[in-house]
Amino acid sequence: MSAAGIAAQFAELALAVLLAPLLTGWVNQCRAWLQNKSAPGILQPYRVLAKLFQKEVILAHNASPLFRSAPYLIFGSLALSAAIVPTLGTDLPLNEAADAIALVGLLALARLFIALAAMDVGTAFGTLGARREMMVGFLAEPALLMVFFTASLISHSTSLSTIVAAIAHRELVIYPSMAFAGVAFVMVSLAENARIPIDNPATHLELTMIHEAMVLEYSGRHLALIEWAASLKLFVHMCIGLALFFPFGIAGGGDWLGLVLALPALAAKLAVGGAALALIEMLSAKMRIFRAPEFLGTAFLLAVLAMLVHVMLEG
Amino acid sequence: MLQHFGPQVINLLAAVLLLLAFAMLSQRRILSLINLFAAQGFVLFLSTALVAALTDQKHLYVSAAVTLVLKVTLLPWILHRLIRRLNVKWDVETLINIPTTMLVGILLVILAFNLAAPISQLAGTVTRSTLGIALASMLLSFMMMITRSKAVPQVIGFLSMENGLFFAATAAVYGMPMVVELGVALDVLVAALILGIFIFEIRERFDTLDTRHLEKLKEH
Amino acid sequence: MPSLDATLLLIAAWLAIGLAGMLAPRSLRLASRVLFPGGAVAGLALAAVALQAIFGSPASRVLPLGLPDLPFHARIDALSAFFLLLLGAVAAGISTFACGYLRAGEGQPPGLQCLCYHAFLASMAAVLVADDAYFFMVAWETMALSSFFLVTSDHRHAEIRRAGYLYLLIAHLGAISILLCFGALQAGTGDYTFDAMRRIEQPAGWATVAFLLALAGFGAKAGVVPLHVWLPEAHPAAPSPVSALMSAVMLKTAVYGMLRVTLDLIGLPLWWWGVIALAAGLVSALFGIVFAAVQTDMKRLLAYSSIENIGLIMSGFGLTLLFRGFSMGTLAALALTATLYHCLNHAFFKSLLFLSAGSVLHATRERSLDRLGGLIQRMPWVAWCALVGTVAIAGLPPLNGFVSEWLLLQAFLFTPGLPHAYMNMLVPIAAAAIALAAALSGYVMVKFYGVIFLGQPREARLSETHDAGPWERTGLLWLAAGCVALGLAPVTVISLLDPITRSATGYGIGSHAGSWLFLAPIEPQRASYSPLLFFVVATLLVVVTWLSVRVFYHGRVRRSGPWDCGFPHLDARMQDTAEGFGQPVRHIFEPFFRVTLETPSPLDSRPRYRDLVEDRLWYWLYLPVARAVERVTVLVTVLQRGRISVYLMYSFATLLLLLLFVR
Repeated sequence: MSAAGIAAQFAELALAVLLAPLLTGWVNQCRAWLQNKSAPGILQPYRVLAKLFQKEVILAHNASPLFRSAPYLIFGSLALSAAIVPTLGTDLPLNEAADAIALVGLLALARLFIALAAMDVGTAFGTLGARREMMVGFLAEPALLMVFFTASLISHSTSLSTIVAAIAHRELVIYPSMAFAGVAFVMVSLAENARIPIDNPATHLELTMIHEAMVLEYSGRHLALIEWAASLKLFVHMCIGLALFFPFGIAGGGDWLGLVLALPALAAKLAVGGAALALIEMLSAKMRIFRAPEFLGTAFLLAVLAMLVHVMLEG
Repeated sequence: MLQHFGPQVINLLAAVLLLLAFAMLSQRRILSLINLFAAQGFVLFLSTALVAALTDQKHLYVSAAVTLVLKVTLLPWILHRLIRRLNVKWDVETLINIPTTMLVGILLVILAFNLAAPISQLAGTVTRSTLGIALASMLLSFMMMITRSKAVPQVIGFLSMENGLFFAATAAVYGMPMVVELGVALDVLVAALILGIFIFEIRERFDTLDTRHLEKLKEH
Repeated sequence: MPSLDATLLLIAAWLAIGLAGMLAPRSLRLASRVLFPGGAVAGLALAAVALQAIFGSPASRVLPLGLPDLPFHARIDALSAFFLLLLGAVAAGISTFACGYLRAGEGQPPGLQCLCYHAFLASMAAVLVADDAYFFMVAWETMALSSFFLVTSDHRHAEIRRAGYLYLLIAHLGAISILLCFGALQAGTGDYTFDAMRRIEQPAGWATVAFLLALAGFGAKAGVVPLHVWLPEAHPAAPSPVSALMSAVMLKTAVYGMLRVTLDLIGLPLWWWGVIALAAGLVSALFGIVFAAVQTDMKRLLAYSSIENIGLIMSGFGLTLLFRGFSMGTLAALALTATLYHCLNHAFFKSLLFLSAGSVLHATRERSLDRLGGLIQRMPWVAWCALVGTVAIAGLPPLNGFVSEWLLLQAFLFTPGLPHAYMNMLVPIAAAAIALAAALSGYVMVKFYGVIFLGQPREARLSETHDAGPWERTGLLWLAAGCVALGLAPVTVISLLDPITRSATGYGIGSHAGSWLFLAPIEPQRASYSPLLFFVVATLLVVVTWLSVRVFYHGRVRRSGPWDCGFPHLDARMQDTAEGFGQPVRHIFEPFFRVTLETPSPLDSRPRYRDLVEDRLWYWLYLPVARAVERVTVLVTVLQRGRISVYLMYSFATLLLLLLFVR
């Protein structure tokens, strides 16, 4: 652990929390461009958050303390997960506290709380959303874990820093298994972030929605935190993807110059990643909810195949 | 540089081939199926050309060119024409649901790889582990033929089986004699034509492309 | 006092407490204010004694009990001490809870329940210290019988009697199998002490026979698929503290038996035994959790979840055997650590959840999830304790379920080094199945918690329920604290497991499990996890978020009705039911279930919807066997004549035959 490492840790956390809405804004912007619409501006998510924070909270009569504390818990868990994923440097103090499995567990913890909060008021929508979210979750979570496992089989470690260092800072080797893992990861991230083939972030149509159905009862600052957490989640997933598949530019241990250079590299990678996400969303159509298990099952099996391919070709 | 990365790229292409085989297994739309088949052909072309460059065998360039012409352009074009003429663009029904098919597919991959292991020990090449993948993608295409009830996907399955075979011949053992390769290529073309005629015939007789109707031919 | 003597004394104390209950069998005060608290104290004492015994050297002694020439042998070593610790610590919580749980006029008189309950506890402890087959079987059977009486304590209901019968039947099939296993292990010497069995070098064939018999026998007790059918019947039928004990501790005695026989008595396992155990474990894990997802009875749901957890434990056990068979000592130690850790974790969170379910049951008289809801408002203590159990059992950081899952997955990640090509490829698939089961358990627990405690009360009378009393709260808090402690201090717990893995596999991971803060079972670069740091940082982030929102923004809150989408007649019945919540799982895993669906037609004047999800194995395996047995019995009834002289003739003929044979 070095001074640079601690600085990188704080920088990462601050960056993630502050820039996550920007990434969401950028994806929306790209989507609007691709759809030939005039975009609301890249800073729109910040305006929405500022507005929501000012507003009064309207709570249902029977909302329990769990309902009121869930937004903070969810936001806290996702902020922690953002701090765990190496985006700027690999020498992070928190890295020893939580590895890839713990990261998946942390994302699952956030999911558990949002689902429980959705069931708290007891409206039909909330439970429906919770049920669907958990359905997506129980298939997406093991798939994500298998993607991490493929990477950790390659690097002989489940520690995210070691994985990134093994892929980025060693001699360039092509890993065929990562092709499978990459496809699986994209599918999982689309589902986890309620993007288009599974859920549509832009609609409030009852029959199709997952995320929006869960947060229907939230308002004011609670809703702001939930929305902020959602964009953090997208940011975290994007960073996981970059760390696993394009880790180039992430600084090694104790390297101040590397850290400074990692910043523009990250920004560029995120910009490209966001545009790619918008493109994928443009090219695909929303699925029926019953197709979702098939989509996620395919992702899960692809991730398992990635591990097999590693054993076969790279063992 | 080429000698260093060449075998790795071939391994990568093997993985992509397998990925495409799985994608075909899980694909419902006929049009996408044909595109995937063309993509598989393109992967074959790349790998054959790469092997040719690695081992400096002139005749492999010819096979690569044949692959490009035949599998990436001609056969997909024939298939596209076929479905346009037959006017079939609907989703393909599968007999078993897709995750189950894929699960069986994974078991097939494990089996294929372990079956191919003793054979690949004999091959002296660096990329011999791709033999298992080639065998696996053959088996997967075979399985696709089994799980689809419509004629066109079955034909595509047949053609992609041959892709796996061809990949085994080039990537894993660095090429067969030219005569054999040309012969196989010709066979595939002939097979495609015959199957095309066969499909027309099925539709003439049964007014559908569902090969399950062939059961009617059984004597009772 | 040596720890073995202390343990035996505490077992005797439990028996005495039980018998004391018979002094005044109808007195609720005696049982709930004196005897059950006494039992809880004895449990705590046992845990303390066992904690010391883990680090002590094995001690054994011959008891002045049993038949002449066939005395009972008792022994305590690290393995039995660990399970005694589990038993004592969990029993303390459950007994405390039971003090408040006993009510007048329910089931058997309290004194009788007290006797069965403490006999059950004592027999479980006796199983763990038994050092010969005779004592082991006596204790094992006492355990089965006492728990049978506890299960059927409410024997007026036909279904409870049926559940009890099924339980007794399978318990005895298992017992026969265990008896035969000991028969194979003594290898014709006629010496049934475990010491003798340890000394014998078994040929591979007999060792395999013994292993398979042990797997079947102990598997029947543990509820491994396909011998699981009694579990979802018996656990819900029993009073909640008993369900908790059965699920938390009794299933673990079966795990203990399996570990004792394979790793200690047989000694060196063959690697492919591990494959069998792993396969059985994975099937149980997936089967259990998929069935748990579609249950509508809260205790059945928990019972199926126990099958899942036993499946996870069995997978860890299988992995241990696999590594041990290939002589990969460190990895075997890692897998064994994960297995034992999960035993401990499951004991804590499952008893916590069963007891919470018990409190809910007492307060509402309702077991069906479809008639509960919104209880977090009326029963906050139970609800928050149950939330701890929910997060723990869902395998989420920073609580205890995650630690053992983490260790298990780490063990799986090392498998590509196995000297066997097929295994190398099949094990990643096994890891995927484990991950799937773990993720599904999150689904199930959201259903469990959300439907019972959250939402609006589905029945009007639920708004008059009361929270659990002080005894019950204490029990719940003790178990919840256990879940938190086991989750936050894994390195300490692993150092407890070290002596066991050392004696069973020759290696221990405790010594290099990392510093007190970081859990790093192999080496820090490979994997490390620090729940405490994790928890502190997460809490910090949550608090900072909360404070900054509080500082920067106003805290105005307006209460109103829930958003009704413009439809003003929303009521509690419009919430999703438990069945609805399980519907996606039923849909995705359809081939697992045998579903009978009755949907009303649009013209029905009194529409009725009914669906029944059943276990296919019951129809595929159990009913055919039952029918075959029935057919054979019909054949045997030919012998029944009803006349004494004929029966005497049978005896006479048998006697003659034996005399001829023995000659």
